[in-house]
Amino acid sequence: MLSFLPHFALPPTPALFAQLLIGLINGAFYAMLSLGLAVIFGMLNIINFTHGAQYMLGAFCAWLALNYLGIGYWPALILAPLAVAAAGIVLERLFLRHIYRLDHLYGLLLTFGLALIIEGVFRQYYGSSGQPYSIPSELNGAHDLGFMFLPNYRAWVILASLAVCIGTWFLIERTRLGAYLRAATENPVLVQAFGINVPRMVTLTYGFGAALAAFAGVLAAPIYQVSPLMGSNIIVVVFAVVVIGGMGSILGAVASGFVLGVIEGLTKVFYPEASNTVIFVVMAIVLLAKPAGFFGRAA
Amino acid sequence: MMQTKIILAATALVALGAVSAAAQSDGPVKIGVLNDMAGLYADLGGKASVVAAEMAAEDAGLVLGKKVEVISADHQNKPDVGSSMARQWYDQDGVDLIIDIPTSSVALAVNEVSREKKKIVIFTGPASSDLTGPKCNAYSAHWAYDTYALAHVTGSAVVKSGGDTWFFVTADYAFGHALERDTAEVVKAAGGKVLGDVQVPINTADFSSYLLQAQASKAKIIGLANAGADTVNSIKQGAEFGIVEGGQKFAALLVFITDVHSLGLKAAQGLQLTSPFYWDMNDETRAFSKRFADRVGHPPSLDHAGVYSGAAHYLKAVKAIGTKDPDKVMAQMRAMPINDFMTKNGKLREDGRVIRDMYLFQVKKPSESKAPWDYYKLIETVPGDQAFRPIDKGDCPLVKKN
Amino acid sequence: MSGMLSAGLRLRETGLSPRWTLILCGLLLAAAIAGPFVLYPVFLMKALCFALFACAFNLLIGYVGLLSFGHAAFMGSASYITAHVVKVWGFEPLAGILAGTAVALLLGAVFGWLAIRRQGIYFAMITLALAQMIFFVALQVKFTGGEDGIQAVPRGRLLGVIDLSDTFVMYYFVLVIFLIGYAAIYRTIHSPFGQVLKAIRENEPRAISLGYRTDRYKLLAFILSATLAGLAGSTKSLVFQLASLTDVQWQMSGEVVLMTLIGGLGTVFGPVVGAFIDVTMENYLAQYGSWVTVMQGVIFVICVLTFRRGVVGEIIYLAQRASIGRSQAPPPSAAAQAAPGE
Repeated sequence: MLSFLPHFALPPTPALFAQLLIGLINGAFYAMLSLGLAVIFGMLNIINFTHGAQYMLGAFCAWLALNYLGIGYWPALILAPLAVAAAGIVLERLFLRHIYRLDHLYGLLLTFGLALIIEGVFRQYYGSSGQPYSIPSELNGAHDLGFMFLPNYRAWVILASLAVCIGTWFLIERTRLGAYLRAATENPVLVQAFGINVPRMVTLTYGFGAALAAFAGVLAAPIYQVSPLMGSNIIVVVFAVVVIGGMGSILGAVASGFVLGVIEGLTKVFYPEASNTVIFVVMAIVLLAKPAGFFGRAA
Repeated sequence: MMQTKIILAATALVALGAVSAAAQSDGPVKIGVLNDMAGLYADLGGKASVVAAEMAAEDAGLVLGKKVEVISADHQNKPDVGSSMARQWYDQDGVDLIIDIPTSSVALAVNEVSREKKKIVIFTGPASSDLTGPKCNAYSAHWAYDTYALAHVTGSAVVKSGGDTWFFVTADYAFGHALERDTAEVVKAAGGKVLGDVQVPINTADFSSYLLQAQASKAKIIGLANAGADTVNSIKQGAEFGIVEGGQKFAALLVFITDVHSLGLKAAQGLQLTSPFYWDMNDETRAFSKRFADRVGHPPSLDHAGVYSGAAHYLKAVKAIGTKDPDKVMAQMRAMPINDFMTKNGKLREDGRVIRDMYLFQVKKPSESKAPWDYYKLIETVPGDQAFRPIDKGDCPLVKKN
Repeated sequence: MSGMLSAGLRLRETGLSPRWTLILCGLLLAAAIAGPFVLYPVFLMKALCFALFACAFNLLIGYVGLLSFGHAAFMGSASYITAHVVKVWGFEPLAGILAGTAVALLLGAVFGWLAIRRQGIYFAMITLALAQMIFFVALQVKFTGGEDGIQAVPRGRLLGVIDLSDTFVMYYFVLVIFLIGYAAIYRTIHSPFGQVLKAIRENEPRAISLGYRTDRYKLLAFILSATLAGLAGSTKSLVFQLASLTDVQWQMSGEVVLMTLIGGLGTVFGPVVGAFIDVTMENYLAQYGSWVTVMQGVIFVICVLTFRRGVVGEIIYLAQRASIGRSQAPPPSAAAQAAPGE
């Protein structure tokens, strides 16, 4: 009965480095997705459960663009986030703005319902096994790093996600637009009185968050299969990541995304059966010790 | 009073949902196709299996004076959904035969319902050899393939051709464990060694970490004890990490033609696999496959062929004895040899196992393939009594020990 | 969290007079007893189990104001324990149910103690995390059978005498269990303990200032909720003779939220209605595959946007408005007299 406990066999150091690198790559996805969630929660106080579906939509946009419009990977990196952002803005206008004044958890339930609808429709038409999407030819092949073959595409994923995360952080923390956004979160009435169109900023912020999710989706398409279930498989984990980092904190989301990706990667080496659950264990521990997460503000 | 009205209306809504046609014992023969319609096994079975069953029903014509009815449902790869569907079908909806049921965990659950209700089920989709072992059931037939046959035919062929060190990447549930266990036995019996294994949780999309472990083990053969999208992903991602270039080979223990189609010949070439059926083997298979492809748009997988074959044999048995009574029909199915495009002189054994020839195929190189779906070349034919587990080795309670 | 519920739910439990309430209960009981002769009994049993599960969940969210995202853990683990006790250890069904419920109680105590310290979304996330760990254990530990689940669970003979493999007998047994659970919840809500819970939901700081150890009350409510969810799970494993992973997945926790939302948060009977509606919908739409998910999503959206009181909540609200309207209309003569004088 205790056979489910881990068997400790330390792999040789090169192999360990390889696993750490893989963990970092997975962490990149967690970071990007939790970044989007953190931005939306920080600015709008909405717990956006639709985020997973928006990630899936991004991947599907890329796939549809390739198979029906002949549009390749590189344009899709820009077009898919734009398309999904537009859809997000529609959602925000139609549904979300009615519930801002209500308790957080209504937002969670509403976005959960929207996620079910989007996923259900796609599952109905595309089934739940994945559609293949090939790695763009420029990024094919791998580099021999000595301790492993690092596929070029996966290296690109790390670089792209770091760029996006740093760019977003810079936008929000260091530019004037970001300052307006942060002010509007603290005191929307006052900011509105200064002549800034707060509702429009809120809408655009939601769109931006959705675009981040979609960008992650396009990056994911060549690695994971493009499947209607890809969002719901990952969303619960991403929530855990955001909670660990602290729900409104950009830095927290990104940092915990990468760190947890590495922790998960190491678990896959020592105790692979637990790799799906280790992040929840960490979350429970963090929440009990530091209720608002590492970088978060109090709920 | 408004609340009363609402409650009564709600009751009516409930009744609408639950009322179903009363089962009639003298109704037409009804076949229920239960499988995964939208998930990872939807391609190898799915809606096309329903077409296969319908073809068998049409070819049988009038049975007991009426046309055969075919219905279907999606078990979503969940044992509770599958078993309640089976229960409802047998209890309420007058279904006489349930067929297909890929996903061994669901198959085992439906097996229990069939045993309890004493009604017939034919398994064409699932792999677990436990269905004819400890869980054997007098009212079931395991029609196409099982983990034992796969392990023995593919496993021994790979070891014979030099693959004597193995590392397993295993789907962490009953099917994967069974497949790994059976194959490991074959490898060791043939003098090979198992260098290690890694258990991959279900719903894993990214195998990179596990493939790296396989690479690090330096085993000549990486045995994939998984199926469907898991197999496809393992091979695809293996290509990313240069596994084959590094000198290791994949042994995919359960592969359907739909998986090869997903992978493409460039990635799949050289894979050896075991199957009871391939659409392009001879004139008979080609004739059936053309009829099937005209209706569905692609050739049949081994599961589709199995559904036709199983349903046809059942209907033949019912016609022969003129009744649907499950005990008599099972006896008749065992008495009659199974002969159709897919099976030559197959036999349904006491433990529910159908003994048929199994074939070892190799996936063609892209240059060798002359037409769409022209994927396999035949390497070896293994007669049924050698491919499948001997009847006395299975721990089946129905088999009398001499 | 109290804000969530003051969205139109100033409740007295029913807007009906005692006579009508009695008639209504009588009608429902009659329908419940006659049910299996009209509808497929297994379907009804499934609905009753889920109704109990939803009522248990509603105790926590409707009356204490805590949204738990991990209730599947209690339901699922109880169903595994019962299945194992009855199948492998050969006990009779009542013992199996008691064992499963007891385990759910213990689990509820542990989880509750860990989670009660937090509020709102963090409470929900902790319950989710703990439930995911239970899922992991259920997946890995041998006795649960992993993907296969525990199959061929015998229904056995109740107290060694009553044979439960007869569907009708089983149905009445399940009905009795449901009524016991429902009665327990009803009694809890209408007791002084229940009043304190409502006070905590409305204004916890004030309750604390009045001297109540709110943490203790919340924990007790959590344990009660978990225990009854376990009771529902135990019974379900005997009805279907199967305990599987579906019962411990987070999607199951989401489904019970849906049922309670449809029926009406914070009403006693609402979750029952919600459960019946959801089970019917799944049954009726099962042949349409993924449309069930879409329907559930649409219902979530509609419920949150415009139908927050749920079916029963809405009915009660309308009934109350009607009766208040009648009692508050001023007599016309008084108004006519007052007007010229002012």
